[in-house]
Formats: sequence, C-alpha cells, structure tokens
Amino acid sequence: MMDQHECRHLLGSLSEFVDGALEENLCAEIERHLADCENCRIVVDTLEKTVYLYRATAQETTVPEEVRQRLFHCLDIDDLLDRQDD
Amino acid sequence: MSSDKKSESFSLEALRRGDRAEFARLVETHYEMIYRLAIRMLNNPQDAEDILQETFLKAYRHLKGFDGRSSVSTWLYRIATNEALMFLRRQKPDQVSIEEPLEEGESEQPPLQIVDWCCLPEETLLSAESQAYLDEAITHLSPGLRLVFILRDIQGLSTQETGEVLGLSEVAVKTRLSRARLRLREELSGYFGERTLEGKGA
Repeated sequence: MMDQHECRHLLGSLSEFVDGALEENLCAEIERHLADCENCRIVVDTLEKTVYLYRATAQETTVPEEVRQRLFHCLDIDDLLDRQDD
Repeated sequence: MSSDKKSESFSLEALRRGDRAEFARLVETHYEMIYRLAIRMLNNPQDAEDILQETFLKAYRHLKGFDGRSSVSTWLYRIATNEALMFLRRQKPDQVSIEEPLEEGESEQPPLQIVDWCCLPEETLLSAESQAYLDEAITHLSPGLRLVFILRDIQGLSTQETGEVLGLSEVAVKTRLSRARLRLREELSGYFGERTLEGKGA
C-alpha cells in the first residue's frame, strides 16, 4: 500500500513537475515516489493529458468575421477595416 | 510571446495623439486574444463579444493614461479581465472577487478520481462533445482560478506575465494554476473515466 502521506505531500508540486519546471531534488523525489505509487502515476499522466487537451483545443477558437466587423463598427473605425473577402 | 513582439512596434505617441489608423492596427493585432480570453471565461459568444467591445472602448478612452511600463497586450488583458470579473459579479454578486482567499484552506484536495483515461483515442478526447465538456468544466472553477488557468495554459502567458495582468505574485500564480489544473483533472477524469470503463465493457 502506498504512503498516502507522501502522496498528499507531493500533490502541490505535481503541476510544476509536469511542466518540467521543478528543481532537481524535488523532481527526483517525485520520480522515486512515482516508481512505487501507481495512483500518483495515474494522477500525473492524467494531469499532463488535461493540460495537453486544453492547449490542443486553444488553437481552434476562431473569431467570427461578423464579430470583428461589429467591433470595428462600435469603435467607429469601420473605414480602417481590412476586408477579409478573399 | 509573439503578441508582445508585435505590440512593441506600436507608436505610443501616435496612440496617445488619437491616431485612428494606429488604434485600428492595435485592435486588429489583439482582438483575437481578447475574444479567446472572454469566451473561455464566460462560455457564451454574446457575452464574450460584449467584453471584447467594452475592452477596446475602455482602452481607447484610457490611452492617454497608458504609460507603456507594461506591454500593450498585458494592459489590454488587464482591462479585459476586469471587465470579465465585473460581468461575473453582476451575475453572482456574492461570489466574485479576484482577491478571494483560496477557499479550501491550506492543502490541496486529494485526488478522488483515479482512472487512467490517457489511452482513449484522440478522436474521443478531441471530439466536439469533449470540447463542449472541457469548456463547461472551466466555468466550474472560481473566477480567480479560471483566469490564471486561461492566461497560463490557454493563452500561453508566462507565470510572470500572468502575475502582471492579475496583480499577483509568481508564487500565487503557481499555486492557483496547480489548483485549477488538479480540479480540471478531477472533472475530466469523471467524464473520460466513464468512457474508458465503457470501452472495457465494464
């Protein structure tokens, strides 16, 4: 059975761990823990995947052209709007 | 950050003078990032458009007061995040403040959902239905956590830039990002975990 106390102790560092932004000692401590603790491995993997999915879908939001046109209109700079008709 | 590089090329002098063409260029360069922030924050296209318009109207009115100490994009983000928070406050007056204490005390909530759903195929993880769930899950975060998560993980700002926008220390940004991610992991595990178990015929 894993050491639940250690799991909780490391939990707050996992976010930086998946970013690879953790200082070496703490990073090594987490890696040692992960070798023995399947639950924490799952938490780390799914945490990483969570961040990945949000990043992957971030690129997909496009702004409708009407929104852009209404914005320029409300700012009274319609005349400077580069039409994207091509 | 690429938008920073672009913003450095703006003539502050021309903007302060009320040069319309320069302002139009500023709008053109930044409207997408502001809209993206707003739609993730509010999960509603009409509300996001209101925030977008209000942000640039305010920016135009306050250009004279912009001292150029932060980048233009940081300044615009700051206006937009304030607008979004005010909007949420009008919806739920009791709940919304960026200053809110991190409500559940000192320690993180331990993970409850332990299902390995990483093996699900990309077409399931990135389907339109999953996307809708991802968007919805963000709105379950408190506005303070939501903003940090959106700026860092979706808009791709650095910890330092996020802190500048929100007036938070880097430590506070990291703590909030950690909580936001763990909470979203929890939500996504509930959602994708079910699909994983279905796939195994459980």
